[in-house]
Amino acid sequence: MKRWFKTLLPWLLLLAGVLLAMSVGRSHISAHDLWQATLEGVLGWGDAQHPLAQTVVFEIRGPRVLAAILVGAGLAMAGAAFQGLFRNPLVSPDILGASAGAALGAVLGIFLSLSIVGIQLLAFVGGLLSVGLVYVVSSSFRQGDPVLLLILTGVVLGSLVGAGIGLIKYLADPYNQLPAMTFWLLGSLASTTADDVFKLALPIAAGGFVLLLLRHRMNVMSLSEDEARSMGVNTTRIRWVVVVGATLVTSAGVAMAGVIGWVGLVVPHMARFLVGPSFDRLLPASALLGASFMLLIDTLARSMASIEVPLGLLTAVVGTPFFIALLRRAHRSWA
Amino acid sequence: MKLQANRLSVGYGSKIVSHDLSLAVEAGQVVVLLGPNGCGKTTLLKTLLGLLKPLSGKVMLDDLDVREMSVQERARHMAYVPQSMAMTFGFDVRQTVTMGRVAHRSWWQAPGTNDAQVVDACLARFRLQNLADQAVHRISGGQRQLTLLARAMAQEANFVFLDEPTASLDFGNQGRVLGEMKRMAQKGLGVLFTTHDPNHAVRYADHAVLMSEQGILTQGPVAEVIGIETLSTLYGCEIQSSPSGVDGLPIFLTIEAAKNEVLSIKTTN
Repeated sequence: MKRWFKTLLPWLLLLAGVLLAMSVGRSHISAHDLWQATLEGVLGWGDAQHPLAQTVVFEIRGPRVLAAILVGAGLAMAGAAFQGLFRNPLVSPDILGASAGAALGAVLGIFLSLSIVGIQLLAFVGGLLSVGLVYVVSSSFRQGDPVLLLILTGVVLGSLVGAGIGLIKYLADPYNQLPAMTFWLLGSLASTTADDVFKLALPIAAGGFVLLLLRHRMNVMSLSEDEARSMGVNTTRIRWVVVVGATLVTSAGVAMAGVIGWVGLVVPHMARFLVGPSFDRLLPASALLGASFMLLIDTLARSMASIEVPLGLLTAVVGTPFFIALLRRAHRSWA
Repeated sequence: MKLQANRLSVGYGSKIVSHDLSLAVEAGQVVVLLGPNGCGKTTLLKTLLGLLKPLSGKVMLDDLDVREMSVQERARHMAYVPQSMAMTFGFDVRQTVTMGRVAHRSWWQAPGTNDAQVVDACLARFRLQNLADQAVHRISGGQRQLTLLARAMAQEANFVFLDEPTASLDFGNQGRVLGEMKRMAQKGLGVLFTTHDPNHAVRYADHAVLMSEQGILTQGPVAEVIGIETLSTLYGCEIQSSPSGVDGLPIFLTIEAAKNEVLSIKTTN
């Protein structure tokens, strides 16, 4: 493939994803009507001749498409960042405990009936604490394969966090809160409103922007600690900024859509395969592919059965075989 | 410019690896660090680079303490060629060399045209242009070492520290890498390298530091300090030497190797 095509492909996929997600759904509206309604709404052309189509575009599918783009792009960028930071292509926000920690925070927020901003804040704190703990514990071991230790620590602390989530679910009101929590924990964009999207777009954009600014430092960070420092990168400082940025993005995604695993693991690999490991191209490609992937998954989730299929289930079906395939080649080098 | 260590103790945390180390590297000079396995050469190197905190003593760059410089400032003065390169991801040769420029830019800046020019010049200098798009883990060990030299060059530092630059190289590449290293010094860089081969030391270095587990055994101009006596003390084995018919410099062999040679001559007779 030519270089320009590799750069263009993720954009084309995103465009295709948006068109697909906008046109598939329960109410059958022609593409022409949808297009008209979009033009009418966005540009103020003509009168509202397509009220149903307008509702679908701006209140139902539109916010959901935006949410899927934000969550998918965010999780994939966070995954790429964590993989570089921990010099380990097997890590992702879920394996490092960022997602689980954020979920615990968010569940607590729901339990306390907080606003979306409050839930988001608790999710962020939970995610940060969780990643910090996994990192500190796994690096306190002097011997052993650091990659394996990191993943095992993530699994172990993840189960502790899972117990915390279980406790809150146990305490939650079984008629109102519990079904909401359960459904949301499996990953869903079903209840996304335009208002939520705008409130959660800010942290995702801010975190993503910081990661993008650090793209060239992150290249160097993916070498060894000593090399990176000898080349002039303050590894301690950059590591914290990247962890905070990636966790902010992850926790905002979790607060919006629940726990959606595997996106942060799988998508960066696809992006790396397409544009190579350099973060200046990897981060944008991950964001675009993550957004397209999430759009596809979410469209499937709401159209493949008469009830909504949880997103986390679908991504797990894709992600598990992918992870096993990755483990098979774990000790070769990562192209 | 001069890098100077005075009565340095080096180690990790509370564990002292070696102590009372004093040495200096000047611009344009090649200094070699010789010593048996585990005597602390790499630890000393990392301490000189400011990557490790000295347990006592100071490393001074002219009249500045390297530990008081920022990480970025240090990198503009000193570059490091590690023994092996960590390669989790498959960066290509150009990307790897471009990383050497990071100390010259702010944290958010992308490499500019000036950086690209420096990178091109470094690639050309080590004849890596044709490999520029190859992933670093797919090229040969010799080419990889040259890529690391190019990366260190791109850093435009005043000093380069190389940790066993010939360790995993074939015979031909050893000569090439050491030759390039020597040319870096001729351009005015101060070079410090470690090696296990005294034959490399006498041919490529000006100044030798012989380091044992007890600290620095002796140091001085290579011709004066590298000899049968010092080497046998350093490595704890008998050593023989004879002048080379090519450059007149001594060739050192351990007695075991010399014995084998005699034995093989006998058996062929």
